[in-house]
Amino acid sequence: MNTALKARASQVPGHTTTPSLEAQDVTSINITNASKIFQSWDGDEIVALEDVSLDIKENEFVSLVGPSGCGKSTMLRLLAGLILPTGGSVEIDGTPVNEPRKETGIVFQKATLLPWKTIIDNVLFPLSVMREMKPDSEQTAHDLLSLAGLGGFEKKYPDELSGGMQQRAAICRALVHDPEILLMDEPFGALDALTREEMALELLRIWTERPKTIVFVTHSIPEAVLMSDRVVVMSARPGRILEIIDVPIERPRTFEVEARNDFQKCAQHIRHLITGK
Amino acid sequence: MTSKNAPSTSAISSPASNKSGLAYQLRRIWHVGQDVVLPVGTFIALLLFWEFCVRVFEIPIYLLPAPSLIYAETAAEWSIVWGHTMATLVTVLLGFGLSIIISLPLGFALTSSRHVSNAIYPLLVLTQSIPKVALAPILVIALGANELPRVAVTFLVAFFPLVIAIATGLLSVPADLIELSRSYKTNRLQELLRIRVPYAIPFIFSGLKAAIALAVVGAVVGEFVTSDRGLGYLIQTSTAFFRMPLAFGAMVLLSIMGIVLFQIVGIAERILFPWSSSKQVFAG
Repeated sequence: MNTALKARASQVPGHTTTPSLEAQDVTSINITNASKIFQSWDGDEIVALEDVSLDIKENEFVSLVGPSGCGKSTMLRLLAGLILPTGGSVEIDGTPVNEPRKETGIVFQKATLLPWKTIIDNVLFPLSVMREMKPDSEQTAHDLLSLAGLGGFEKKYPDELSGGMQQRAAICRALVHDPEILLMDEPFGALDALTREEMALELLRIWTERPKTIVFVTHSIPEAVLMSDRVVVMSARPGRILEIIDVPIERPRTFEVEARNDFQKCAQHIRHLITGK
Repeated sequence: MTSKNAPSTSAISSPASNKSGLAYQLRRIWHVGQDVVLPVGTFIALLLFWEFCVRVFEIPIYLLPAPSLIYAETAAEWSIVWGHTMATLVTVLLGFGLSIIISLPLGFALTSSRHVSNAIYPLLVLTQSIPKVALAPILVIALGANELPRVAVTFLVAFFPLVIAIATGLLSVPADLIELSRSYKTNRLQELLRIRVPYAIPFIFSGLKAAIALAVVGAVVGEFVTSDRGLGYLIQTSTAFFRMPLAFGAMVLLSIMGIVLFQIVGIAERILFPWSSSKQVFAG
């Protein structure tokens, strides 16, 4: 475990941060009073996000949870630069996000691998399309695939892999250009429950080895609590932030923590916020 | 995590244990038999039935010649028939080639913007609503009594399903893939060449298969109207002289040409784009 993680682990339980640690915390993402209004073809306005503010620190793991239509995915697309806010601002490292950035990686709910490319070529796709292929790029891709348990599958086509393996390849693809920020839109949503749990720990392990700022959209409250430093709970119509919850559980985390009282209390609290029960 | 957690690897190799054994071999032969013997057997039985009926009921040649007679008369004139076959093949390939050359940019244009699509699409539909047989004589006057009007008719018959297949393929790229490519700052050309066109390949080949089959039809229509050679011309002249077996022979050759060209397109797809032919996409 590296020092950054130790710092994080010691920092979270008491809900307080010492001044020395605060100085290390570099803010990475600033969302300030952002709104997004979609115009439908018949002129109706749909308010997907209303007055949302959120700051995310470097190498922080933040989850967005909430009911369908609460604007989780909209927020992720704003961060990706795929859409622009209609009000407020979205900044990364102090620069407004006006278009997709090279320093961001995205993982979607579906693996979205290109069926005509082998796994290794799929992983290398971002580098090749951004013309950033280097002599050691292939080695980087190999290492990533091994890290994700896909060593030996480099020359296979996506069709030949299971859903979980495809999604792992998609995560490798998002990491291949070593982005500072990883955006994940329900990345495990299409997987079965067992694979899903396995992948969650897998992602935590990869994140431990290669720290990144991760914004993780999910429907699963336990998944959000298990993985995140902070959980952002959102409400629907219009999409707003209800509460931002610090997860008071030290790292590294395993499934055992799910049985613990503080984990259950945290999950209950989030569930209560979302369902009102 | 290692590959031991990957269920698919073990699943692929598991039936190996069943691959020996007499029962398996018999089942395999039975399946291959069903795939090959059944259609071939049915075809031969049909030919025999045809021959039998013609002989027993003494059906006149101008109504229905026997298969043996068709073969004999066609073989007797083989060098002439072969020349006509080649002439038709040239028309088919020229018309098919022209369809590809024109359909690709048309397909791209149709999908590039709503405005272009609105402008071009009605015109395309219009070209399809004109009966080609009616158009052919007009084309002869416009283009002259040479290969050109035949190629033009072939093109007009063949290109439409190809354009539709290309446009359908380019537009059926999942939104996820487009977002993925945009997130890596691709420009429109990169998006077209690296995402849309590869994704459309199975659709394009469906269109090519429809186009090659229609190209044979178009070439014959062209030859009916204006030609002094080709299998269409051969059918016309043979029927004019009541040489029915030769007309039937020309028809059989046209069918074979259609089947062979269709198969060549399919084989080209399997060789050039192996990932494409495994997908069961039927468009156009």
